[in-house]
Amino acid sequence: MSETTLRSTYLLGLRDALPFILVVAPFAFLFGVVSAEAGLNLVEIFSFSFIVVAGASQLSALSVLQDNGTALVAIITGLAVNLRMAMYSASLTPWLGALPLWQRGFASYLMVDQTYALSIFRYEESPGWTLGQRLRYYLGTATIIMPVWYVVTIVGALTGQNVPESFALDFAMPIAFLSLIAPALRTLAHVAAAFTSVVMALLLAGLPSGFGLLIAGVLAMMAGAQVEQWMERRAA
Amino acid sequence: MDGKAGGMIDHGVLWIVIVALGIGTFLIRFSFLGLIGERKMPDWVLRHLRYTPVALLPGLVAPLVLWPAATEGETDPARLAAALVALLAGYIGRSAIWAMLAGAVVLYAGHWLEGLAGWG
Repeated sequence: MSETTLRSTYLLGLRDALPFILVVAPFAFLFGVVSAEAGLNLVEIFSFSFIVVAGASQLSALSVLQDNGTALVAIITGLAVNLRMAMYSASLTPWLGALPLWQRGFASYLMVDQTYALSIFRYEESPGWTLGQRLRYYLGTATIIMPVWYVVTIVGALTGQNVPESFALDFAMPIAFLSLIAPALRTLAHVAAAFTSVVMALLLAGLPSGFGLLIAGVLAMMAGAQVEQWMERRAA
Repeated sequence: MDGKAGGMIDHGVLWIVIVALGIGTFLIRFSFLGLIGERKMPDWVLRHLRYTPVALLPGLVAPLVLWPAATEGETDPARLAAALVALLAGYIGRSAIWAMLAGAVVLYAGHWLEGLAGWG
């Protein structure tokens, strides 16, 4: 594998991740503002974001503590929100599983919604990529996402007030992810999985955070796999 | 501290939560990638895994589209239209970046129109 190819895959990851700055920054900012309001100091706020790297989970753990919940409840609540990442991990395994253990560990630390979504859709689109290219792309996306996450958390903590609502930055996340998902709806099986996912996630929205999405995800994967088999049998 | 509901968070407890949540989250992320690694998985597992991104990500955003926190959970026509346009543009055009731009244009145009009509 030539150095140029590896470098251009890394650069592609950087480039693809750029629009996601608008997705990550508002979340990071929000966590900074909320945690500063809760009385956390800068070291604590930065460590929280640096060690956990999962905004929704950090916010829910923090709100448990603010409501006088115990550490154990805060930890369990926060972890439940992150259960979907086990499925990200499984889904990346066929593509990155051959990396040495320490690199798999490092990739795990960098595994967030954005790095995962960008990478997995590129991998599906480019089945000819080598292991080295896949890793470079992943690292490229993380090179943009991670520093934005760390730095904007601190900016939010120092600023202490939220962005005016008229920017509707909360909605950068749904738009960005829908834009990534749509081109990946290549077959009836993909559409069936996505449809099941939406319907079940909405129906199960009342469950404690994290569990509804996990169940919806498993059912949607089964729907996709089932439709794929039907289609194959019909074609045969 | 303003001492609103709950008040001060104990800093020792906070550090326990940060470290435990960090370790636990890492283990969730590391789980399959770390333990299975290079080992071959059965076909039926791989067939299910192929649908992971389209099975999880739509469910992740669906509640945010229909019940945005910014509007206290009330469905916002501009946000809903923007989401549908991004989805449609991405599906037809097969390009994520153009889909994002289309969604953003519809979102801001929608809010501008709502402002004109005096709903916002």
